[in-house]
Amino acid sequence: MELAIGIILGCCALGAGLAMIAGIGPGIGEGNAVAKACEAIGRQPESKGSVTTTMLMGCAVAETTGLYALVIAILLIFVAPNLLVDLLVETIKAL
Amino acid sequence: MNTKSLRFKIVDAVYIAMMILPIVFGIVLQVLTDPATEGITITGAKIFFEIPMPLQNFVITESQVNSAIALIVILFFCLFITHGISEKIELKRQHFAEMIVEKVDNLVEENMGSYFSAYSPFIIAIMALSAVSSLLSLFGLFAPTSDINIVAGWAILVFILITYYKMKCGPLYYLKGFTEPVAFLTPLNVIGEIATPISMAFRHYGNVLSGSVISALLCSALAGLSAKLLGWLPGFLADMPLLQVGIPAVLSIYLDIFSGCLQAFIFAMLTMLYIAGGFPAEEYEKRKARKRAKNKN
Repeated sequence: MELAIGIILGCCALGAGLAMIAGIGPGIGEGNAVAKACEAIGRQPESKGSVTTTMLMGCAVAETTGLYALVIAILLIFVAPNLLVDLLVETIKAL
Repeated sequence: MNTKSLRFKIVDAVYIAMMILPIVFGIVLQVLTDPATEGITITGAKIFFEIPMPLQNFVITESQVNSAIALIVILFFCLFITHGISEKIELKRQHFAEMIVEKVDNLVEENMGSYFSAYSPFIIAIMALSAVSSLLSLFGLFAPTSDINIVAGWAILVFILITYYKMKCGPLYYLKGFTEPVAFLTPLNVIGEIATPISMAFRHYGNVLSGSVISALLCSALAGLSAKLLGWLPGFLADMPLLQVGIPAVLSIYLDIFSGCLQAFIFAMLTMLYIAGGFPAEEYEKRKARKRAKNKN
């Protein structure tokens, strides 16, 4: 019983960690976006306002995949262990 | 500049009080209903009570109460800055009110075009609601935007609007839009259509929630660190988490203030872009012109 609960908790934590590998993608993407925005502002300082606004919009959209991973990781850490342990206890009681 | 009358001042005071009282009410409710816990816990919204309903129990949660608080605060803020408004500007707050209206009008005009110029009240409403809801976490309240149900509600509302404007040229034209550019891409287009509200909701919710989770983790880490580092202090000073004073506030500038306002702006911006992008303007103009020509004959 303890072993089973330990495996559930450990696997949930491992899964959350693996899910957050998706954080690499938005990091690279947003870095590229900000680099290009800096270049654009350097070339045309007068267009700073609109470049910044567009960059923030693009960053927010690029962040979405990372946030999906984050939501899954949060579900795995805070929601899944309780559900799975309850399920395990019920199954064992039924046996 | 004439001085304000007593009646004017009293109404002003009532408005300001009504802006502060809901927040105080929220804090009191939070203190009364928070269960005593050891250390740090990260939980979702508390459920205050449930009303039995045929299909599913109707629950009143912390996030609903807090978003009602945000609504009342915004309502009385608007009443306050438009109080005593006149053609000849007498009060400083009128400049502020006019600035907000002008900025939002310009933003909507720039991003959506003149056909949608009546949309600025809706856009500023959704922006203010989102920003104030996120900023409620500064008072230690549960931010309604870190509950997926609230944000998904807004996203579904926006999705209905998008679909309405896509159907402006009739449902057949709308359905035909799914088979573009090639017919076998239809399933992908349907998935892309459904993904719009989901991604809007998850983007806003994920950003605010990650901020609150990181602040909670940092607070607990600082408590442990100050117990280790400052444990040698005499008396009650040893038990107090002294490092928790002030340091989380620095992070809160980014996570609560900047991120909250940025997400509000982005949600409103995406609303505008999706609604304006879904509207088939050229086709609509063409059909209108054809109808006009028919009516003339």
